[in-house]
Amino acid sequence: MTDARLRHLLSVSDLCAESATGLLDAAEAFLEVSRRPVRKVPTLRGKTVINCFFEASTRTRTSFELAGKRLSADVVNVSASSSSTTKGETLRDTVKTLDAMHADVIVVRHGASGAPAYVAERTRASVVNAGDGTHEHPTQALLDAFTIRRTKGRIAGLKVAILGDIAHSRVARSNALLLPMLGAEVCVAGPRTLLPHDSAALGVRSYDRVEPALEGADVVMMLRIQRERQGVSLLPSLREYARQFGLSAQRLERAAPDAIVMHPGPMNRGVEIADDVADGPRSVVLAQVEAGVAVRMAVLYQCSQDPDERES
Amino acid sequence: MTEPELLVLRGGRVFDPALELDAIADVVIERGRLTHVGAGAGSGLAPSARVRVVDVTGHWLLPAFVDLHAHLREPGQEYKEDIASGLGAAAAGGYAHVCVMPNTRPVNDTRAVTELMRARAAEVGGPTLHPIAAITVGQRGQDLTEMGELREAGAVGVSDDGVCVMNAQVMRRALEYAKTFDLVVIQHAEDHDLTAGAQMHEGAVSARLGLGGWPRVAEDVIVARDVLLAEYVGARYHVAHVSTLGAVRILREAKSRGLPVTAEVTPHHLLLTDAAVIGYDTACKVNPPLREAADLAALRAALADGTIDAIATDHAPHSSLEKDCEFAEASPGMMGLEPCFALLLGLVGQEGITLTRLVDAMSTRPARIAGIEPPRLKVGALAELTVVDPAALWTPAHSALASKARNTPFLEHELRGRIRATFARGQLVLDRLGSAG
Ligand SMILES: [Zn+2]
Repeated sequence: MTDARLRHLLSVSDLCAESATGLLDAAEAFLEVSRRPVRKVPTLRGKTVINCFFEASTRTRTSFELAGKRLSADVVNVSASSSSTTKGETLRDTVKTLDAMHADVIVVRHGASGAPAYVAERTRASVVNAGDGTHEHPTQALLDAFTIRRTKGRIAGLKVAILGDIAHSRVARSNALLLPMLGAEVCVAGPRTLLPHDSAALGVRSYDRVEPALEGADVVMMLRIQRERQGVSLLPSLREYARQFGLSAQRLERAAPDAIVMHPGPMNRGVEIADDVADGPRSVVLAQVEAGVAVRMAVLYQCSQDPDERES
Repeated sequence: MTEPELLVLRGGRVFDPALELDAIADVVIERGRLTHVGAGAGSGLAPSARVRVVDVTGHWLLPAFVDLHAHLREPGQEYKEDIASGLGAAAAGGYAHVCVMPNTRPVNDTRAVTELMRARAAEVGGPTLHPIAAITVGQRGQDLTEMGELREAGAVGVSDDGVCVMNAQVMRRALEYAKTFDLVVIQHAEDHDLTAGAQMHEGAVSARLGLGGWPRVAEDVIVARDVLLAEYVGARYHVAHVSTLGAVRILREAKSRGLPVTAEVTPHHLLLTDAAVIGYDTACKVNPPLREAADLAALRAALADGTIDAIATDHAPHSSLEKDCEFAEASPGMMGLEPCFALLLGLVGQEGITLTRLVDAMSTRPARIAGIEPPRLKVGALAELTVVDPAALWTPAHSALASKARNTPFLEHELRGRIRATFARGQLVLDRLGSAG
């Protein structure tokens, strides 16, 4: 296993091709652990991981929790509200409190972009970004890369189309950084109201229709459409979205014959993805879920080594 | 300590472009007024109990500065700043006059608040405080304030600063009504529908940081609309803190047609771009937001050619409660009174910005916009002047600012150009001169 120590994982830009590949390689070994009858290794015995979720997400929290437990770390879940009106405590005070508890790793999910970076500046622990606002979700991108590598055998040279609400998607942002770093050719597509105003900002090609993006794609990555985007002049209706931009079996025919279909979940069936595609033979959605635990084990492992071990 | 009756500032560069004055000269100040200005004017006066003589060789004597746009937070948010600390910061920055925005608690939309502010400032001493009252009751954008009475109480202009007057009919009526009382209408130009959820300038940086974008066009559409309204009703109109190249273009066109339209720009919009926000630095969260290099260039050119009349600080003090938090939770604003001149001195000689223009933009023009008698370095004038050491290096240090706030990205940055003394209302309100024979 590569031991390129990670101080924090706040953004994919904290990684390089080498360290990202190292994490994927480590995750391969941890995937094997998850498939054993006794799914536990003593790697992080005595380490403390605090899952600090300011935004509800059963899926991601469970994945991090299992990852920590399978490494024998002590895992604590803290949930709090990130809305200024309902929270009883400022983030500043929450961080001070957590820091005083001597966590080795703090996993942060927060509704505000940049909140994990704020935490990282104020704690001795390593901080892992589990999704911040509309900024990034680096472990999702890693698990996506891991899934692509396992199912396609490689990442370099593949054509990846990311479709949907690009402007508000932390998954799209992290993947638009990670996959090109690993040699893939990435494009994004969605209605103009859901693309960044500066289409070059994410460093990948963008389209306002999904068809040209799908043309010859090896990987089709769907994003979840948030229902609240309707009616604020971003989307006329979910029905219109499904018809104009949704991934139907017919549209998918434009992709490469052996293309895979990914979705970070939870899916809006019949909106961004048709039922038959979601459950079809090309869907690797459940493989993504399995990969999530393995990749997060690798991230927690890399982030929780002692400073003197880090140099090796 | 009783002040000496006579103060002699000997051997400085006396610079007042409005008088076409630029000479090495002595300035004698007697009971708050300039009594002699000229080479050797103070040579016969020896230091004594009555006479203080200061050698200011190498220093510049400038007409004191006038700020059109400061938030002193009193009444209501004295934990951020109050009139005493805010005027202290103004004195430290070389200001003799400070126009203060109405977004206090309660909002300055009545005679009572306007009078309270002025009474408090008179008690404190220091630079003169000039209230800018709200355009609409409660800054709610609906009903006009009692501008006649506010004028009588001492307001020098009206603005709903922080909140744009979105309704065009209300804006039209405000321009018409304020004209009767010769109050300038100052607009915070932001189409709030276009900036819903905005955290910073909309561009490549906001896209990467995943922060809601405040597009340039939200400023431009309001400036364009207001210029048309002001032209239609024949009223004066002033744009607060211009930040975009588009607004500059609209203003330049309006001025070329002779419309009575004026504008101000802040030091931070002249010096910083949206790249300063990378890392989620809440000290760089301001409204309007920091823009891009193209805007910076347009703003500097507009300052140089006078399209932008004035420099205003938009001094917006906040405590750590509002700034030491998630970017989305942070309040916008940057403190600005103390480092303003030093920050801008660095621009002199660049892109056509001259010292003449800088002094004009920091003193004479803002005074005219607010209807304040501009400070003048001439015999008989009230002493309202600033003594600057243009070569001195100093640092706006955490431990040594007059303001209660510390929310500036320039904190602990070394700057060139130190304010040594400020005279306001004829009095020495900042004294870092020492004495010399
Ligand atoms: Zn404003």
